[in-house]
Amino acid sequence: MRGQRNTQIIAFLILIALVIAAPGMLYPVFVMKVLCFALFASAFNLLIGYVGLLSFGHAAFFGLGAYATAWTAKNWGLTPEIAILLGGVSGAALGTVFGWLAIRRQGLYFAMITLALAQMVYFFCVEAPFTGGEDGIQQVPRGKLFGVFSLANDMSIYWLVAVIFLAGFFLLNRVVHSPFGQVLKAIRENEPRATSLGYRTDSYKLIAFILSTFIAGIAGGTKSLVFGIATLTDVHWSMSGEVVLMTLLGGLGTIFGPVMGALVVTTMENYLAPFGAWVTVTQGLIFIACVLAFRRGIIGEIGAKLKLAL
Amino acid sequence: MFSLFGVPAPLLFGQLLLGLINGGFYAMLSLGLAVIFGMLNIINFAHGAVFMMGAFVAWMLLNYLGINYWFALLLAPLIVGAFGFVLEKTIISRLYKLDHLYGLLLTFGLALVLEGLFRNGYGSSGMPYQIPAVLSGAVNLGFMFLPIYRGWVIVAALVVCIATWMLIEKTKLGSLLRAATENPALVQAFGVNVPRLVTLTFAGGVALAAFAGVLAAPIYSVNPNMGSNFINTVFAVVVIGGMGSIFGAIVSGFGLGVIEGLTKVFYPQASDTVIFVVMVLVLLTRPAGLFGKAT
Repeated sequence: MRGQRNTQIIAFLILIALVIAAPGMLYPVFVMKVLCFALFASAFNLLIGYVGLLSFGHAAFFGLGAYATAWTAKNWGLTPEIAILLGGVSGAALGTVFGWLAIRRQGLYFAMITLALAQMVYFFCVEAPFTGGEDGIQQVPRGKLFGVFSLANDMSIYWLVAVIFLAGFFLLNRVVHSPFGQVLKAIRENEPRATSLGYRTDSYKLIAFILSTFIAGIAGGTKSLVFGIATLTDVHWSMSGEVVLMTLLGGLGTIFGPVMGALVVTTMENYLAPFGAWVTVTQGLIFIACVLAFRRGIIGEIGAKLKLAL
Repeated sequence: MFSLFGVPAPLLFGQLLLGLINGGFYAMLSLGLAVIFGMLNIINFAHGAVFMMGAFVAWMLLNYLGINYWFALLLAPLIVGAFGFVLEKTIISRLYKLDHLYGLLLTFGLALVLEGLFRNGYGSSGMPYQIPAVLSGAVNLGFMFLPIYRGWVIVAALVVCIATWMLIEKTKLGSLLRAATENPALVQAFGVNVPRLVTLTFAGGVALAAFAGVLAAPIYSVNPNMGSNFINTVFAVVVIGGMGSIFGAIVSGFGLGVIEGLTKVFYPQASDTVIFVVMVLVLLTRPAGLFGKAT
């Protein structure tokens, strides 16, 4: 157990070092994109990896967070930290309602319900006046952190994104390893048994769902500030599929998997972008390959080789 | 022109007709999903993609081989069904021992691959498919003009749905199918080739979606996204109807199409979301779905 912990701490330190060193080696905006998606995927992974709930509509929370942050930063002139927090709160508010509805059913039904609810949000965003329809909300100002530090420079906003990512990542990791997280895993393994031990499993699932959607909203909000734009792409079902793909490829139920998955998928999309729909084909093929031959994902396989829980 | 509920009758009946057509597609697709789910315990996410393939195969048959609509209506489901047969044999059959969620993920990947391939080949703008000469034109029903093709789609959808229902509820094959859904091991012990039955079920469900795709080709333009536009709504229909019942899938498919059509008349802004709102209401009152059994 102690050895386990030490390797985890070493892995964390490596991650922090990488986050600090990355903008020196790669284009900072690209790294920020990876970090936003890594946070989004980690939030998604809390549900699929540790509670066994496949939410196929996580784009709704990500996208709503993006819209909320973009709208408040642009129209109310809120400072970035408040706008991003509002993005998270919007995600969590929607997550409370959707979670409350969706946990009435289990397994595949849960996936279909979350997908359908997210589709409803998508249609709502197409019609609603505040989203700007097809154009989205453009030219969102990055603003000044705490009203003091300008984030217009890519490197200044990079540190904010890095802090948000690391904070969210540690929070999720803390939750997973807390007594609360142990109950979540018990629910994943055998829900009736957890119920028989006296746990109100629905409450646990709902709290996990709200937490996950809060962080998804934060990730969406942060992304909208980095790129200065929130669009329908952020709420589209293909975004939900993308976060599933990242998590599956990196390794379901691993701490570092979603981060690795986000890195690989974002890089791949970057390189394949000129080839149009081949991105979609490649994503589909990765899905198929992962399910058929590679269910532990990249980090899961590495962990199994090294006999470590990463 | 007379009016009903303050709405001009042609508008009301026109939208009702569109609702019934969409409802027919919902019914055929959710029927296939329900049959496949019953046997394979898999939500076939690629169902929208095979629907799209049906339309594309019809288009290809016409434009590359000059095969007309009526043969396409027969051939496209056979071709796509054969594709489904191979798919089940080679890939999907590997999933039965795994968590059901993997089936969803794999078929989602399949849907992406198929959609992406067709988008590469044909772009995403869509291509027209001519209504066959016999079915073009419209008849005057007195209260509205009925485009013949649209009437034909509703009739064809109804017939196919009822035929499928009869096949499953009233025939020997259907009783085997239902038995294998309940207890595959026991049915296998009676000497029935259950894996073959499973493969055929998948191929049949897929062929049904392809048939719906051919019917849809002249109404919507043939384009790679036509399936995914439908399938998300169909999932809501499935949640509303409950997976357990074939009859439930048909009724809720048509019913929700009509509700959607009526919403277009009275409150058009909500027409895209109304089915999802109904789903929420059903979840609140009958979580197992209108026709489903509690799990």
